[in-house]
Amino acid sequence: MSAIKTYFYNIYHSLLTVIVGMRITIKHIFTRSATIQYPTVKMKIPERGRNRLFVNIDDCIGCDQCAIACPVDCITIETIKSTPDMDLGITSKKTKKRLYIPCFDIDIAKCCYCGLCVWPCPTECIVMTDVYEFAEYDRQNLIYSFSNMTTEEITAAQDRLEKYNEEQAAKKAAATVAVKESPASSTSASPVTPPPIKPAPPTVEPNQG
Amino acid sequence: MEFIQTLLANQVLVSILLSALPLVFIVLMVLVVLYTEMKVAAHIQDRVAYMRTGWHGVLQPIADMLKLLQKEDIIPTKSDKLLFRTAPFIAFTGTYVAYAVLPFSSIYIGSNINLGAFFLVAAGSFVVIGILMAGWASNNKWSLIGGIRSASQMISYEIPTALAVIIVVMITGSLNLQDVTKFQDGGMGNWIVFGGPLPWMQKLMLMPFTLVTFFILFVASIAEVNRTPFDFPEAESELVQGFNTEYSGMRFAMFYLSEYANLFTVSAVVVSLFLGGWSSPFGTFMSGPLWGIFWFVVKAYMFMLIQIWIRWTLPRLRVDQLMFVSWKVLTPWLFVCILGVGLILVL
Ligand code: SF4
Ligand code: SF4
Repeated sequence: MSAIKTYFYNIYHSLLTVIVGMRITIKHIFTRSATIQYPTVKMKIPERGRNRLFVNIDDCIGCDQCAIACPVDCITIETIKSTPDMDLGITSKKTKKRLYIPCFDIDIAKCCYCGLCVWPCPTECIVMTDVYEFAEYDRQNLIYSFSNMTTEEITAAQDRLEKYNEEQAAKKAAATVAVKESPASSTSASPVTPPPIKPAPPTVEPNQG
Repeated sequence: MEFIQTLLANQVLVSILLSALPLVFIVLMVLVVLYTEMKVAAHIQDRVAYMRTGWHGVLQPIADMLKLLQKEDIIPTKSDKLLFRTAPFIAFTGTYVAYAVLPFSSIYIGSNINLGAFFLVAAGSFVVIGILMAGWASNNKWSLIGGIRSASQMISYEIPTALAVIIVVMITGSLNLQDVTKFQDGGMGNWIVFGGPLPWMQKLMLMPFTLVTFFILFVASIAEVNRTPFDFPEAESELVQGFNTEYSGMRFAMFYLSEYANLFTVSAVVVSLFLGGWSSPFGTFMSGPLWGIFWFVVKAYMFMLIQIWIRWTLPRLRVDQLMFVSWKVLTPWLFVCILGVGLILVL
């Protein structure tokens, strides 16, 4: 193309593109806007969306699986063993509960909503809900405590466990004494100590995995 | 005007009152234009813009302005204090003096001087001094580049503007904007963009030239108010707001006000030169002093709408393209138009 032709072509072309562009934009003025007026109108969130965690503490057996699975360690679980005379009830999955849970804290500020804690739970009591508006002014308020035990209940449970342990220890000591005394009376020479509970030697199973 | 004069019977008071009127108008108009701009921009992008302050956010421009006025006025330590402080006011003054010669209505024009059209062109280039001062005084590379760009842009685009004005002057035979408007009175057919109120043969021959001139003046006017696609002095993406990077609070508000007031000025110039100013498009129907104001503002507002529409459609040009458009396209075409119009008028 000669220079003159290019010059006129450029003018024509720029005018044309301007008109094309302006046609597009004016069309958009009259199309419906895509905005959702958020706080008043809310979008439906997906059915399996991952948002705030919820723990149904009545079903929790305190197995700590969720805390182990969590990649950011934001779940803190403390447990107290129950004594055999106490019945903690069963979960909805018919698992017997054996542990008190004095502390079940989730620091939701650290949570990355990966959902890894949800899958290992044997009783399906830690779940994702559809709540996503839980901003707080104080970060402390984002540590959610799900445990429903009062301080008295916790101390009571601890006391019971200690007492039970003492009793067991006393029983054991008595048994040991009894064991020690009986062989001493029958045979003289080498005193036989009861075989200590040895950990089983690690067995290598080559074809595992 | 005479009415107010007899009412107050005091020359000083009358002048103060009359010169304050455009200020009130500017403030109101800026609020409306700000709102329009945001709404149009939003709808072009399929958004909705302000919705919460008042019905569909109509109070938002007021809230924005109040917020701007409350902000801290930061002056950089290493800046040239005196220039930095005065620059926004100079820019605004440049804008404001232009309102003196705008014929709002057949009875209201700030100053009915004979050099109206050229006064407008001169006042328009006065703004650039303020911008250049701001860019220089900020002691900031971006601001300086913005200021310099503004100067070069203004110099380039003053020429097409002035040439376009010359063409109108050739047809009307007057530089007085009030006379130019009166010349076009009496309906849409008499507007200069359609050849003016001349014998129909002449008119038909003039029409292509006036249409081209009109279009070129419009393009040049967008460049003069530094709006996209010619927004080089502020170019957010490359210059971080250019000359007003360092400005905040009240002083920034002055620049802002000046920019939008300028937007109205250039639209008003195009309207009064080519589209019959305050005269009604339907001849004697709906014409009169008050209707005059209505038509003038409505026409100018339509132009501002188009400018907003363009702003949200086109991307920024390159700097060399800016110069190309001005010197190699607009100016030569205007020379051709001047030649054509001159020949037709002489024959
Ligand atoms: S969702 Fe992920 S990050 Fe959050 S608590 Fe569960 S495992 Fe931890
Ligand atoms: S995995 Fe489930 S049952 Fe186990 S501690 Fe976590 S919430 Fe409780």
